[in-house]
Amino acid sequence: MTADNIQLDDQGRLKHFLSTEGLSRQLLTEILDYAESFAGVSGRAVKKVPLLRGRTIVNLFFEASTRTRTTFELAAKRLSADVLNLNVDASATSKGESLQDTLHNLEAMHCDMFIVRHNNSGAAHFIARQVAPGVAVINAGDGRHAHPTQAMLDVFTIRRHKPDFESLKVAIVGDIMHSRVARSEIHALKGLGVNDVRVIAPRTLLPAAIETLGVQVHDRLEEGIDGVDVVMMLRLQRERMHGALLPSENEFFNTYGLTEKKLRAAKADAIVMHPGPINRGVEIDSRVADGNRSVILQQVSHGIAIRMAVMAMTMGRKPGGEEAEE
Amino acid sequence: MTTIDTGEIEQFLTTMARQLEDYLVERGFGDPGIIGIHSGGVWIAQALHRALALESPLGELNIAFYRDDFSRIGMHPRVTPTNLPFEVEGRHIILVDDVLYTGRTIRAAMNEIFDYGRPASIGLAVLIDRPDARELPIQADVTGKSLHLQPNEHVKLHGPEPLALEITTTNDG
Repeated sequence: MTADNIQLDDQGRLKHFLSTEGLSRQLLTEILDYAESFAGVSGRAVKKVPLLRGRTIVNLFFEASTRTRTTFELAAKRLSADVLNLNVDASATSKGESLQDTLHNLEAMHCDMFIVRHNNSGAAHFIARQVAPGVAVINAGDGRHAHPTQAMLDVFTIRRHKPDFESLKVAIVGDIMHSRVARSEIHALKGLGVNDVRVIAPRTLLPAAIETLGVQVHDRLEEGIDGVDVVMMLRLQRERMHGALLPSENEFFNTYGLTEKKLRAAKADAIVMHPGPINRGVEIDSRVADGNRSVILQQVSHGIAIRMAVMAMTMGRKPGGEEAEE
Repeated sequence: MTTIDTGEIEQFLTTMARQLEDYLVERGFGDPGIIGIHSGGVWIAQALHRALALESPLGELNIAFYRDDFSRIGMHPRVTPTNLPFEVEGRHIILVDDVLYTGRTIRAAMNEIFDYGRPASIGLAVLIDRPDARELPIQADVTGKSLHLQPNEHVKLHGPEPLALEITTTNDG
């Protein structure tokens, strides 16, 4: 059994949601279908369904986040769960034992699900191995490793605009090295059958052996986005940069920043995405970010539906349970 | 396996339409909102809607998010969205389903309807009533046919064209 299998039960259903790596096309599609079903709930007058009534969900955030935490919180509330928000200052404590202690305390409070964000890669996996059976763990971003709900909301947004994954050309641009989003994104796109995935970045911002994930590497923006359907810009993660990986932000923008002029190389109906928060004038020009090809705000709305989907999937499942009818 | 064919179902529908007309006249409900429960209930609701030539558009309810067995069996990934094209608040509602069995589907449906507003009343119309297996205090106001069946017998409506009822027996008791 590989490490990632801990997110599946013996019938291949989602028990935790830790990574998009190694998930079958069928399961990835199922997550998108669930999200499509939940998307309608946000448009109703009473934006709430009773699926997770009586369940307690803990937002366990060891690293600052506004958008991700609030959309997880909204998703949980729209499923009628009770939500506890915990912001733990990770820098003040040494990982291992204190994390375990925090967890045991929360378990004693009989919580049903932990949404975990941590600056160490593997933190969510670590917690998933510790929790009692029946308790679900969802990875809300761990170090440089994975951010699976962000990846799924991105592919959900892509499917809404361009449903034929096999023929898609997708470019991921910018700080690939520090980006857990990029990794999860590549696994999700490849898993869903996208053949043409490109990463575009200066060599200093590319992880070693990125080609082994099945992507093509480009170091010039116009060349990389030539004829693509989707341009996914990443945030330049200044807070994660140690040492001189870049000459200057200004130069980064001149070479890799997405402007309307450079975007002409992509298909005429290409969509522009960004996981946020945006550094305007660093990786993307405001006119593009706010332009009619930008789907950045749709990504935020879709984040709620995706998070409702994975919460419902990990909770609505008992070992040996029968299949639900439509 | 027993099949009840379209001809017989037509007769049940005629019975339902007559009872529903009487119900509406007795209660003085002029233009009720008809809501079918996905998917069989919607087909029956469409037939009643045609038979009574009602003005208001038909509502469709999908109770997948309201089922009380969610934590046991989960839900189907593709849920046809609920669509109520009229104001529920203050409205007389006729809820339509294919088979009334334990009553749990109807409870879930009523919970969902109340999330859209406070109806003046809710009446219930079903094609098949299985009165022996109720688990909640819910009865139909309009019934096409009552069937007394064993717990290991299951009724399923196939449709929409043609409508056919299938009664199967399982060994699980």
